Amino acid sequence: MSSSALPRIGIAPGIRATSKATSEPAFVRRLLIGIALLFLALFLFLPLGVVFYTALGDGVRIYLQTFRDPDTVSAIRLTLLAAGIAVPLNMVFGVAAAWAIGKFEFVGKSLLITLIDLPFSVSPVVSGLIYVLLFGLQGSLGPWLIAHNIRVIFAVPGIVLATIFVTFPFVARELLPMVQAQGNDEEEAALTLGASGWQTFFRVTLPNVKWALIYGVILCNARAMGEFGAVSVVSGHIRGLTDTMPLHIEVLYNDYRFTAAFAVASLLALLALMTLVVKSAVEWKSQQPAKRAASDGEMSA
Amino acid sequence: MGIRLKKRTIMPGFGLSLGVTLFYLCLIVLIPLSAAALKASSLTWHEFWHVVASPRAMASYRLSFGGSLIGATVNLVFGILVAWVLVRYSFPGIRLLDSLVDLPFALPTAVAGISLTAIFAPNGWLGKPLASMGIHVAYTRLGVVIALTFIGLPFVVRTVQPVLEDLDKELEEAAASLGAGRLQTFTRVLLPTILPAAITGFTMAFARAVGEYGSVIFIAGNMPMRTEITPLLIVTKLQEYDYAGATAIAMAMLAVSLALLLPINMLQRWAGSRREKEFLREPELGVGLKPVYGHGEGR
Repeated sequence: MSSSALPRIGIAPGIRATSKATSEPAFVRRLLIGIALLFLALFLFLPLGVVFYTALGDGVRIYLQTFRDPDTVSAIRLTLLAAGIAVPLNMVFGVAAAWAIGKFEFVGKSLLITLIDLPFSVSPVVSGLIYVLLFGLQGSLGPWLIAHNIRVIFAVPGIVLATIFVTFPFVARELLPMVQAQGNDEEEAALTLGASGWQTFFRVTLPNVKWALIYGVILCNARAMGEFGAVSVVSGHIRGLTDTMPLHIEVLYNDYRFTAAFAVASLLALLALMTLVVKSAVEWKSQQPAKRAASDGEMSA
Repeated sequence: MGIRLKKRTIMPGFGLSLGVTLFYLCLIVLIPLSAAALKASSLTWHEFWHVVASPRAMASYRLSFGGSLIGATVNLVFGILVAWVLVRYSFPGIRLLDSLVDLPFALPTAVAGISLTAIFAPNGWLGKPLASMGIHVAYTRLGVVIALTFIGLPFVVRTVQPVLEDLDKELEEAAASLGAGRLQTFTRVLLPTILPAAITGFTMAFARAVGEYGSVIFIAGNMPMRTEITPLLIVTKLQEYDYAGATAIAMAMLAVSLALLLPINMLQRWAGSRREKEFLREPELGVGLKPVYGHGEGR
């Protein structure tokens, strides 16, 4: 925007000075955009590109054949099972935690919040390690489990537990700020009008936070399906039995079966892209009421 | 009257919701964690030190922590740049780019690991031209740093963006009207405002990178003493059934992370509060106007 385009007469000189004062010269702007794009291209576009390029590199038929391999199928099934158990459980937990922390004032609240954030501050390997220490052969419960012939580590239950551990904060973290921002007013109004607790929850609270809930569930699911480190530690890598999709990618990659590895990776990459799309949709949707409120305010003013 | 543990309210469901929350937490977090603490305490101090300070462990700390520091610093600089570009400029595709910034967050680590390796392997898209220049990335420490940078990319961008969006143009206009050049305005007015948020992002990127496993082990080469990260060392010890050793190193890693993060957090709180104090000193007459009763020019 060249400043000479503005007419000299009739416009206060201050306006020209303002636009020049708070923006950079055009070449600096283009340089900054260029550097940012280069940086993002290197770290975002290239990895995405290489996944789909290599997966489809041998043609679509080979790509689809990967998903007929029995080990791959069982890996996909195990991933879906782990996510299918972890996500609903974590959703219930997240809602309960958001309600308890967001709607009430009590001693020990910040300790509770810190505990909930715990999986974010430990390495996924340490998350898996914790369960091995509890359920493994030399672990605290090890002898008891062996006596009862229950296998947790190096078997499916361990994988599900590890998945639950690393993903349980997601729903709670997304819901909590939303619930806290809503306050108690609407619920209290409902209660005074005679609604029961559950009625209040389902018909007043839930609709207000539904987008945060949806986003939390989507994030939880994405992480549950993609978790590698924690599951790798507890799984034992028994092909066809305790391999999830990310672990199976590692197996295929180490076998030099690159096309197959990237084919499975492409499924997870598509899941990641869908997560990003849902995130944008949720952000757009949650801004709509604010915009509507603002325009309503303008109209009534 | 007596200490109240919970504020009185007519809201129902406290018992149920707190009960479910605590039950779940105990089952999933507290019981396993205490098992770990128990195991760690089964080592004598001498044994603990022997494992934690072994040359192999020290080499892995240098790589994990050093590489994460470099990656987080790169993300600090470029994160501020990207946040600036996304907030201040507009060009076709900027919305798409904004959503894509979260990709390292949403992409499974194994997928990130094999893609980065494929790109930087000696016959990869970038690996080949770099190799012809004598720069080897895959299976070297440089590869580890690149993976750790990828992992931390969204953090600084996402913490700085809201601050930049909320920034009042008045500050910049005031600075410009007082004669500051654009670069001066940026370094002396804008940068101090976004720095606390940027450091928060830096800290989060660093913490994430230190514990990272999946994205790194494919590109790293994993040679002990050379390209072995600390999480991998823990996994190796577990595979050898050296539970105590693995726990010892995990505890050491947690302790060092805390030791590094605490001063950073305090630094950031100091930086944030210093800014608040400066704003509180001048009465709210609007930017650029000095109080009538003759304050000094300088601060």
